Amino acid sequence: MARATLISDSSGAAASAMTLEALRDVPPRSHRELTRIALIGNPNSGKSSLFNQLTGLNQKVGNFPGVTVDRKTGISQLTAQHRAEIVDLPGTYSLYPKSLDEKVITDLLYDQASDQYPDFVVVTVDASNLRRNLLLFTQLADLGLPAVLALNMMDVAEQHGVQIDIMALQQELGVPIIPMNARKGVGIAALKIVMSRQLGAPTRAFYEPGDDLLPMIRQIRYYFNLHNDYLALHYAHQFRQISFLTADDKAYIAELVEKYDFKPTARQAQETIDRYARINDILLNTVTVVRTEKNEPYSNKLDKVLTHKVWGYLIFFGILFLMFQAVFAWASYPMELIDEGVTWINQLIQTNFDGPLVNLLTEGVLAGLGGVLIFIPQIALLFAFIAVLEETGYMARVTFMMDRIMRKFGLNGKSIVPLISGVACAVPAIMSARTIENWKDRIITIFVTPLMSCSARIPVYTVLIALVVPPQKVLGIFNLQGIALMGLYLLGFFAAIFSAWALKMILRTQNKSYFIMEFPVYRWPRWKNVGLTIVEKVKAFVFQAGKVIVAISVILWVLASYGPGNALEQAEARVRTTAAQQRLTPEETDIRIASEKLENSYAGLFGRTLEPAIRPLGFDWKIGIALITSFAAREVFVGTISTIYSVGQDADMRTVQQKLAAEKDENGQPFFTPARAFSLLVFYVFAMQCMSTLAVVYRETKGWKWPLLQLFYMTGLAYVSSLLVYQLFS
Amino acid sequence: MPRSVKDLRLGESGTICCLQDAEMALKLLEMGCIPGTQVRLNSRAPLGCPITLVVGDDDYTLSLRVSEAATILLKD
Repeated sequence: MARATLISDSSGAAASAMTLEALRDVPPRSHRELTRIALIGNPNSGKSSLFNQLTGLNQKVGNFPGVTVDRKTGISQLTAQHRAEIVDLPGTYSLYPKSLDEKVITDLLYDQASDQYPDFVVVTVDASNLRRNLLLFTQLADLGLPAVLALNMMDVAEQHGVQIDIMALQQELGVPIIPMNARKGVGIAALKIVMSRQLGAPTRAFYEPGDDLLPMIRQIRYYFNLHNDYLALHYAHQFRQISFLTADDKAYIAELVEKYDFKPTARQAQETIDRYARINDILLNTVTVVRTEKNEPYSNKLDKVLTHKVWGYLIFFGILFLMFQAVFAWASYPMELIDEGVTWINQLIQTNFDGPLVNLLTEGVLAGLGGVLIFIPQIALLFAFIAVLEETGYMARVTFMMDRIMRKFGLNGKSIVPLISGVACAVPAIMSARTIENWKDRIITIFVTPLMSCSARIPVYTVLIALVVPPQKVLGIFNLQGIALMGLYLLGFFAAIFSAWALKMILRTQNKSYFIMEFPVYRWPRWKNVGLTIVEKVKAFVFQAGKVIVAISVILWVLASYGPGNALEQAEARVRTTAAQQRLTPEETDIRIASEKLENSYAGLFGRTLEPAIRPLGFDWKIGIALITSFAAREVFVGTISTIYSVGQDADMRTVQQKLAAEKDENGQPFFTPARAFSLLVFYVFAMQCMSTLAVVYRETKGWKWPLLQLFYMTGLAYVSSLLVYQLFS
Repeated sequence: MPRSVKDLRLGESGTICCLQDAEMALKLLEMGCIPGTQVRLNSRAPLGCPITLVVGDDDYTLSLRVSEAATILLKD
């Protein structure tokens, strides 16, 4: 009975309110085996902590139907017999969506007929900031959704001297309340028990729309067969944005809105004011605030330094610098281990077996797989940094400090989050631009984000920098290679900023841009959340990008090993004749044959077709092949060159870098001169070589115009810049 | 000319009288800037804009641009 005591400890009220109801394991909808529970709350109310506590590693990320908003779901074992599916909804302040992210919530909660409709909602509320947090709760309650209130951050509220009479508040709100501290896991057990019961609809209404609106509301309500007035009112407010309504439905509502002269903005403002008045009444009877001495909050003290006009920016750049050093220097140890591991397995197979299938396995599949696994340390480190910056509340400060500067370039302080996330991956970064309410700011942010160097470029950068930049220390501490890497990132950043500025001049201004946002207090990062983010991102990379990379590696191996007709046989015969004349050793002959064969293979053919166009940039047909395959995804580059250059090379020359260093031009000099390597690097900084990014831009901008413009602009920029670099340096 | 939040000095408080921009008001109201609420200018960004406000007595901080703060008028 340990559990029962736990409930009465932390929330006797909730337990007593619920004990009369029998535990029922029958799900409310017979066609569904799992109870579906939606998790909803204000940003910074500890929603993701709660989600992680409830589901742990049983999470998956998918999409909401029709849009690309991440739909995080997880399975939670509520009691020994009862499991539920938890859906994590984006954070929002109200049910009137201001951004695309928030629209997902209304689309889900307005459509009761949908299979996705939740059986009930868990509303997370920051106990130290009840007034603003209860606004969303009262709206949800008025929609008639069965709800549990997770009264989170009780510890913070206590520190602030906020004392909440849970019993009285529960009485006033009409739903079970569980006081908790999700970060520490306090209250989770009690919450799970309440969640495992069947909940009724809330018993109280918090807002009456007003009698003059009733005729319109009722007509909408009966036309759509809705179960309550408030939902019908929301239809009147937002019918244009509701995705599941047909054109006829929308026309019907539009007519009513016209007929009754419904003024949405004024009504919505009045509703918010009325709700706050009601919430104030409730809080008056249930919450007492005992102010201890007015100490300046530690957040303010920290802000004096972290947003200081000099220190603030220095610290920010210091953090960025640390991030790049970490990705380059710290990650290299696990990366070497992975590289050596794959090489070892490859050699083991090659020394023990032989035949074309074994070659496919070692030179195709394993070479490609090695190219995927090796990035795990860097991707994990990058996402760890970004997650910590978000978790601590520091990202909001960066937004705050950068807004004025970003605005000059047609961006918005909020653009800094997509831009920094773009360093990890442009796909989620572009999706995060959804928090920018202004259309023009958002389009510009989306357009320039792919210019930020994403983690898929790291392998290209790493391999080529290591090839031409010596691993010296500068000023005793800085690694020269690390500085070169940072230089490439800065190059991408400045390209993004100036492209944004150019776009600002071209695009006509539409509506006003906003910067009204909550300024969260500093918090220690929750390591569990950081850890789960890392696991999630690495999994996505290995399984999504990895599939493409391995598939392309295999295709490439086939293309590089076979040629049209008997071209390969002829090539071999030719080499053998000349070899015999020149009296070459058998090893030299073998290398000649392999190289001649590759040139005459299908892959060689593609590369050669492209060669005239890329020769001015210093690239040959082998790089041409890598460029072609990179247009699917950049990270394929290393896999490709490792496949291309492994065809016919010595068995002990295994790492990509060794293979590249051994490559000779027609005069027997190293092929990868600094001019060539930098030209290639600059090409990869600018070029749009990512199908996934184009696909996500298409979905986010609802058309092909922007992704196509991006493709031509970025690739053009890459070509011209590479041309300049190569011609100037060689 | 009534004063707006934009005219507050650092650390100074004022009581919200009304919100001038109807569209922006929706967002500000949701964030707790209800007429009658006290706000205090908490800090300015290094370049003078945006600023942060402490709203009500909830120890809750809001950041917004100076141009947005100018739409929040104060009582005398």
